[in-house]
Amino acid sequence: MKAWITFSCGFVLLWAHALAAQSSGLRFPQTVEAGTAFSVPTSGSGEATLYIAGPGNALRRKVQLGENVSFGVEDLHNAGHYVAVFVSGPSSQSMQFDVVPSRQPSTLSFIAKPSRLPVNLNSGISGVAYIFDVFRNLVLQPQEVSFELSDATGGTQSRSLSSQNGVAWVKMNSAAKAGPAHFNASVASVHETRVIQQVPGDPCAIRMSARPSKDQRVLLQTEPVRDCNGNPVPDGTIVSFTETYAGLQSTVDVPLKRGVAQTELPAQSGAVISAAAGVVLGNEIHWSGR
Amino acid sequence: MNSDPANPHSSKGRFLAFVLGVSTVVLVVIGCMFPNQSGSGVADPNARLIASSSSPEAAVNSLLQQIARRDWHSAYELLGNKGEFTEADFTRDLTGANGSLRSDASLNRFDTQSLRASSDQAQIRAHLLWSSVVGTFEDSRDLKVIRNGSHWQVAWPLVKEPKVPPQVIPVNYLRWDVIYRGAQDDWGAQDVEAPHVRIVAMHPVDRAGEVIIMGEILNEDVVPAFVRVKATLLDNKGAAIASEDSFDKISHILLPKQVSPFRIDFRHVRMSQVDSVRMQPWSNLVPASADPVIGIESQKLNPVPDSSLSGQLVNQSGQVVNVAHVIATFYDGSGQIVWVADQYPSRALLPQTPVPFLISLPADVAAKAKTYRTVATSYISSRFQ
Repeated sequence: MKAWITFSCGFVLLWAHALAAQSSGLRFPQTVEAGTAFSVPTSGSGEATLYIAGPGNALRRKVQLGENVSFGVEDLHNAGHYVAVFVSGPSSQSMQFDVVPSRQPSTLSFIAKPSRLPVNLNSGISGVAYIFDVFRNLVLQPQEVSFELSDATGGTQSRSLSSQNGVAWVKMNSAAKAGPAHFNASVASVHETRVIQQVPGDPCAIRMSARPSKDQRVLLQTEPVRDCNGNPVPDGTIVSFTETYAGLQSTVDVPLKRGVAQTELPAQSGAVISAAAGVVLGNEIHWSGR
Repeated sequence: MNSDPANPHSSKGRFLAFVLGVSTVVLVVIGCMFPNQSGSGVADPNARLIASSSSPEAAVNSLLQQIARRDWHSAYELLGNKGEFTEADFTRDLTGANGSLRSDASLNRFDTQSLRASSDQAQIRAHLLWSSVVGTFEDSRDLKVIRNGSHWQVAWPLVKEPKVPPQVIPVNYLRWDVIYRGAQDDWGAQDVEAPHVRIVAMHPVDRAGEVIIMGEILNEDVVPAFVRVKATLLDNKGAAIASEDSFDKISHILLPKQVSPFRIDFRHVRMSQVDSVRMQPWSNLVPASADPVIGIESQKLNPVPDSSLSGQLVNQSGQVVNVAHVIATFYDGSGQIVWVADQYPSRALLPQTPVPFLISLPADVAAKAKTYRTVATSYISSRFQ
């Protein structure tokens, strides 16, 4: 009987204490959108202190019980899980709530790779867009993202898809025509553009001609070198000329300038002259002196 | 206290000190009067030998010692054919011109070989081994030594540096410059792509108890690349035994579609220890110039005993190349790489002026080598200013 009375008294005291704490406590919403102003009503009388800690953010507020606690646009802007501790006299109360990203996309981090690739490559270009709100929180709500790749000739490839967990990605083909392509990603009114250099592929064929030059030399010159799509191979590409004659060999690595490679080698009647660029071989000339 | 007449050890010690002092002085005098010529092949710039010209060999040794000390004036004064050229010509012959490899080289060693000798004339072949910033290079001169009264004098065979006549050589300058992404750019912002390079051939060989990896690397991109090749030898458990870099046995700057040989030497590793090799080509985008163009002409494989690849470099551009580097890949009949070797010619490449080169080949490699491919790279000091 004595034990039962002791237990009943303790339970009543704890319940009364909890009731008192609740009467002076706060009720935070379960989720708050980042960057939104909101207020939380309090009850009771006297003063209290509110501590809030979250990702990259901590704040302390003096609270007049019975009045609303207001939070401005800038107060809670990092998305994540927050803990609030409300201290009123000897009692304290802790609560948890989430700050979720804003629904409005503000910036796009757009990664387009590679920045340079050969023409006519299927699924050679990848674009990944990360959607952020104004506070650089990843926007997790699905968003409609549009990708558009415009090449130098005006050809366009476009794709629209929904983002998942703040990310949207796509693969595109490189065009047959060399030149810079503009790769654009957009969501709502936010756009981001990258430039992809679509460059010619390997030389398709190397044709060279030879004619006598001064001082017993032969002048070798290629025709304009193009890839298999007809794009001119860029200047600076090395063409290797090799001349063999009676156990002697002469070689020279010449860069293309204005589309052609040109050099002089010793003129030896009966010499065999060849040209190559990388692993691509060109024609062969049997030099007879004319 | 030490001069105690009662102490017999005191007088003995004084006598011993006297004997040691006198013998030291006598040995110093003998050493100065009759210097040891047997070690004269080691060029010591600090050696202070008394110039001797009592024999053809002594005259040559004296001259080469002065050259080793870079005392061009004293060396010039020892010559017997001073009337044929000036001291400046002689100095230029030895030190090179136009910032060539010779400019900072010093004579490290030499040896002499008598070819012919009579009572008043001799011919001696001098093999000079020079030390330079990229290693050693050899220079061989056949020296005529003439008796002049009681002493001998060397007639120096001057190699005249060619001169290019004043002219204007038009060059369509082609160059790549690179703008990299900035530190303030967003992390998603694009950066310039590293050039795409590919190893197109690789062949490991076991030679003299060491492993040598040879191969070729191709820049398959449309931009210039700075390339390196790293090889890691792995044992049968996949653990790394050794890791090495191609260092200077490669042409580091590769223009688009250019191929360079590479060679990586693993000393102190035997092929029997190696299970596999991990190759790592590495490239970076760098500013580069397409000039100068260097032709490699009249290349010829020379048979044993002097097995080598010889030829000449011709600078087809208008810019002086201070130091050139020739790297050759040798293939057997089936196209397999059997050797990669290189040489730095000691003379600068003047426009349109041939400069010879010679790459030595081991005799066994020379027997296998059927074809070869050579590339030349250039170092121009003005580019670094």
